[in-house]
Amino acid sequence: MIDAVFASIPAMILATGLLVGLSGALLGTFLVLRGASMLTDAISHAIVLGIITVWLLTGHLSGPVQLIGAAITGVITVALTQLVQRTQLVRMDTAIGLVFPAMFALGVLLINLNARNVHLDVDAVLLGEIAFVWIDTTPVLGQPVPVALLALAVVFAVNAGFVLLLWKELKLAVFDPALATSLGFAPGLVFYALLSLTSVTAVASFEAVGAILFIAFVIVPPATAFLLTRRLPAMLGLSMALAAAACVTGYALAVLWDVNIGAMMAVMTGAGFALALAFGPRDGLLARSRARRAEALGIDSLTLVVHLAAHEGTRREAEENTRPALIRHLGWSEGRARAALRNALDAGLVARATPPQSHAAPLLLTAEGRARATRLMPLRPDAAD
Amino acid sequence: MWDLLSSHTVQTVLMGAVFLGLISGALGAFAVLRGQSLLGDAVSHAALPGVALGFLVAGGRELGAVLIGATLSGGLAALSVMLIVSRTRLKPDAALGVVLSVYFALGVVLLSHVQSQSGAASAGLSGFLFGQAAATLRSDLWIMGGLAGFALALIAALWKEAKIVSFDPDYARALGLPVARVQAALTVMVALAIVAGLQMVGVILMVALLIAPAAAARQWTRSLAGMVGLSMGFAVVAGVTGALISASARGLATGPVIVLVATAIVLLSLAFAPERGLLDRALARRARTRSLRADQVLGTIHALARSHDDPAYKAELGMLRARHAAATGPALARLTARGLVREVAHPPETTPHWQMTPEGQARAEALREGRGRDD
Repeated sequence: MIDAVFASIPAMILATGLLVGLSGALLGTFLVLRGASMLTDAISHAIVLGIITVWLLTGHLSGPVQLIGAAITGVITVALTQLVQRTQLVRMDTAIGLVFPAMFALGVLLINLNARNVHLDVDAVLLGEIAFVWIDTTPVLGQPVPVALLALAVVFAVNAGFVLLLWKELKLAVFDPALATSLGFAPGLVFYALLSLTSVTAVASFEAVGAILFIAFVIVPPATAFLLTRRLPAMLGLSMALAAAACVTGYALAVLWDVNIGAMMAVMTGAGFALALAFGPRDGLLARSRARRAEALGIDSLTLVVHLAAHEGTRREAEENTRPALIRHLGWSEGRARAALRNALDAGLVARATPPQSHAAPLLLTAEGRARATRLMPLRPDAAD
Repeated sequence: MWDLLSSHTVQTVLMGAVFLGLISGALGAFAVLRGQSLLGDAVSHAALPGVALGFLVAGGRELGAVLIGATLSGGLAALSVMLIVSRTRLKPDAALGVVLSVYFALGVVLLSHVQSQSGAASAGLSGFLFGQAAATLRSDLWIMGGLAGFALALIAALWKEAKIVSFDPDYARALGLPVARVQAALTVMVALAIVAGLQMVGVILMVALLIAPAAAARQWTRSLAGMVGLSMGFAVVAGVTGALISASARGLATGPVIVLVATAIVLLSLAFAPERGLLDRALARRARTRSLRADQVLGTIHALARSHDDPAYKAELGMLRARHAAATGPALARLTARGLVREVAHPPETTPHWQMTPEGQARAEALREGRGRDD
């Protein structure tokens, strides 16, 4: 019996992490697209105040009361931010930066003041301890199930239901709020519901991963998926897959290195982002620089073709239509000239005169190369020089 | 109170708070003006891995090592944000969120590693999350003072460039100023300000000490010099008050107290600042409404007088009331006080009547011409 429980602890920890990641990715996809990432940041800090306030009022640290309190806290945070911004005395980013630190600071002080009574310290709220979720269990169908896991399962189901039922509304609210309004939907209401669910998810997750690390689970996998695809369903699926992969690899590495499990999972979401940023097939840095280089090379070989065509049949053809001339007259570097020439040879636009031993051997246009040059420069410039 | 002030620790803390206020107040003004408030948030969270690395390398709480680590990781984070914004389709706020959360997570991983590696050496490490003013050492003051001096000297040296670049980068570019370099310098200074506050306010709340005093100062003045000066003043007040409260009560983290004091200053400024403040604006709006009402009542009397071809026409109060309802009484009182109308008797009727004075007639004519046809 005891063996069975202990054997399943890693499974429970992993399941908790997965539920946090999947719930976060579901909502985060829309938050990232809507440009509300930093509101997520604000909410996840502000729920610290919500958690301690609800505890002071009701004595519950988890459960339905906390989740309702979280939804209210999220709405209050956003409403306060918009209120400050609407005075037009400060900008939106400053308004965010004023409201959530104040709520967070108040929350931390309330925890400080009640430190003796709360079996909860600030570090735990902020950083979480996923390794301890199995301590607090409740029997479900005769099996002891961690309370946090149960809460997260419910929250995940609610989030999934929300996204499936309001798919069309969410899509409109995210991509075109003005159209949504004119079609009779209430994008503001949908947005507020999205933010409320975000704070509910944050509260359900804080015991496991902490209030701040939660941001990583909401924003990073969807941002990564955004780099990899341009379709909404694909982005949603990808971000959930990425979140799951980060949880599994993060758990394995955390056990290996004996570090904070939740944080390691969050770091792995970041590793996924870095990989997508560098190696993404279309938008990755590497793919883009390769595409840029290929484009530059293509332009160079066309320049070469035009150069050859311009001097073809003139007195100076023997001097101009050689590789050294490219370096001397076009100001190209040795490598650039060689690359452009190889590209043009490969594309069948240029041929070398035989025998090709000398590096100053004349370069000849193929029929296709000549056709290309004529297309590019229909009026041949006066080829005197 | 006096005992508290004479204590060695408290003196150290207060001096630290003053230095911190000078740095964050001055640099925060530029951050807020340039719309970089949330970059400050990202950079301050991102300082955590540097803090943990500093601990790891120095083998203990060595402020110099910690600050160097924090500057490096904070600067790297700012660069990462710039890279993501310039090279991808992601919105700037998503870039900030990604960098903030991933760097912070890395910091927590390193933190847990340091704590499991060396129990004793990690003492005081979590103080960097929320700030622990009492842990400030005399030797730390040299570092903070040096940072303050450096930051202020940098601002003084770059004053004109920073001003133009902050308000109008396009104009600055047209003038041939090295805009990119000035912007980079200002961003680096944001990182420096955050690093300076790690000890007292902590990585999570440092952004508030950067933003709040500057946002408050902005309400009171229109000049950059005034804003920077006031912002420094507010930040020093918040820092010193917060540090004193936190030092005198057991178990209160310094950062949150400082932030709440700074928030209170912001609220007061938003409410009571002259011209921009909410109270002043509400008062001005009310005064405008009243003066408009008075002019409307005067216009009605004038219209009645014109339709009767009698400049001295005595308008009956009930008729004015029928038109202007509850606004009539205050408007007539205001007009009387300005000598534009006077109350007159119109026997045999017993109800009060009102008549324009010559000044009132002149004003009504002027208003009529100024506003065109008045019905």
